[in-house]
Amino acid sequence: MSTRTRFTLRRRRYGASPWHLAGHVVALAVAAFALDRIASMDSLAAIIALYVGVVIGHDLILLPAYSGLDRLASAALARRRSKDRAALPAINHLRAPALISGLLLLIYAPLISGRADRGYLLLSGHHATGYLRNWLLISAGLFLGSGLIYALRVRRAAARRT
Amino acid sequence: MAPGPGPSAVKPRSQRAADAHPPSTPHPGGPFRREFWRSPLRGPWLTSFLGTLLLPTVSVIALTGFISHWAYRPQLPGNATVNPSYDLPVLIQLPQSWPSWDYAVTQGVHVTLGLMAIPLVAAKLWSVIPRLFTWPPARNLAGLIERGSMLLLVGSLLVEIVTGTLWVQDYFPLKVDFYPVHYYGAWVFGTMFVLHACVKLPVVRRAYRARGVLAPLRQSLADTTPEPPGASELAPVDPAAPTLSRRGLLAMIGGASLTVFAVQAGESIGGPFRRFALLAPRGRVFGTGANAFQVNHTAAAAGVTRAINNLAWRLTVAGGRTLTLSRAQLLAMGQATETLTISCTEGWSTTQHWTGVRLVDLAGLADVPAGAILHAASLQDGGPNAHASIGYEQWSDPRALLALRVNGEELAPDHGYPARVILSGVPGLYNTKWVRELRFEAA
Repeated sequence: MSTRTRFTLRRRRYGASPWHLAGHVVALAVAAFALDRIASMDSLAAIIALYVGVVIGHDLILLPAYSGLDRLASAALARRRSKDRAALPAINHLRAPALISGLLLLIYAPLISGRADRGYLLLSGHHATGYLRNWLLISAGLFLGSGLIYALRVRRAAARRT
Repeated sequence: MAPGPGPSAVKPRSQRAADAHPPSTPHPGGPFRREFWRSPLRGPWLTSFLGTLLLPTVSVIALTGFISHWAYRPQLPGNATVNPSYDLPVLIQLPQSWPSWDYAVTQGVHVTLGLMAIPLVAAKLWSVIPRLFTWPPARNLAGLIERGSMLLLVGSLLVEIVTGTLWVQDYFPLKVDFYPVHYYGAWVFGTMFVLHACVKLPVVRRAYRARGVLAPLRQSLADTTPEPPGASELAPVDPAAPTLSRRGLLAMIGGASLTVFAVQAGESIGGPFRRFALLAPRGRVFGTGANAFQVNHTAAAAGVTRAINNLAWRLTVAGGRTLTLSRAQLLAMGQATETLTISCTEGWSTTQHWTGVRLVDLAGLADVPAGAILHAASLQDGGPNAHASIGYEQWSDPRALLALRVNGEELAPDHGYPARVILSGVPGLYNTKWVRELRFEAA
């Protein structure tokens, strides 16, 4: 059996090139070292729980949640539109402000919800007030602005029709 | 995963499902069916393009993160946040000759860009979510290893985002230490990211060759067509009608990133921009006095309120000989005023005018040998800010002060009264507050 044939056979059994295997072995070794360093300072169970937790939190909770909301909103708006064929699609005028408002809530949840207040007071000397108000104002501004743009588009489309 | 039907294969939905999953293999259905994923925007081009945007973004975030790690001067005694014998050597150090706000820039970029990258990361993960539900999970050993590495890649990416985002808000309820988790998490992520980029490079090149790098961005909503299902298992086999163009999606991601910048960056840029940082943890201005700027640790939190008001406070300066100085004696020495930036590892910074005694002058009085390391000790009992080791080039910088006053007034207790160290271009915690002792030791 030639070297080349043996090579191809092995490749078929493994499923990718030897470079693929070598790269993954090196990278996984570095990752294992790094995880071992964290585990030496924290508990291994806590590290595993964190890594698995964030993946489940994103892939199986957050993503399905926002996809579901998007589907609900799209369906509701599509039903409304089926009654009025000439209406401009409004879904993206809802999606854009909802996306940004939701993202800000997600990022700044500790401050907006007030959960961060205790640590914040100790470190900064002040209460973490006003974050909920600011988030609500920003969100209102985003939805309002987006709605205004939609209204302008509707008016312009109506003017073009007449 | 059975190969998807080619681009020309248009069959009834039921028959397609039957083709893909012969009845002999038990199939969990639901999201594990390729027909479940119907977005007309998903496909190899979109994922490649989002990956291409992430590559420079992640590189800058990683580089500024490592610069911050090395700015702690882990080579000096007591400064390391992780065991230095298991750490990389210091590869980059911001030059001491640079402006005092250099660390404020790199750390501001690290935190702000890190937060701005979240919508891009979310879109990238959304674009590849069908892969999580590939059935069977792996066809061979290579596939199995790739799935394992993917868990590490996505897991470490999310861990970096979650730990960083919580930390900058002074809120860390996780049962792990921030520094090792965030620092070594960057090792895991960096390694898996480089590997992922290498493995996917041919896929990206194929996608760009097939569809052009920017051509899909020129399509309006009316021209938006799904990528052919044969191109990759990311492309939908049963696409819904598009409601958003690809450029529309990217505009939303960009708009979200810019909004995060708008509500966040002012805490790092400072000045009049701080007021516009509506959601940034330190985007506030409290009053107008000389001491009305942001604080990292209050005197009350550090438990030094009584010690700092003790009239018997004396500063010990130890070098070739040891001096004990009262605050009046320090004020009677030659005073210097410098404009220096405090830049917190959390990303916020503040630039003020500090007045006090130059550290080089104090060292001169105590017969300190050249090259000595300065150990600054606080009245604070414990915690990461109680002690700091300061390198020779840092304390011998003529801008480095033992500050007694700020903006023309006495230091407030929260800002380090009776005296604090102020250095140029260091992580904020090295500007030791409530100083009790400055000990110079030969390196």
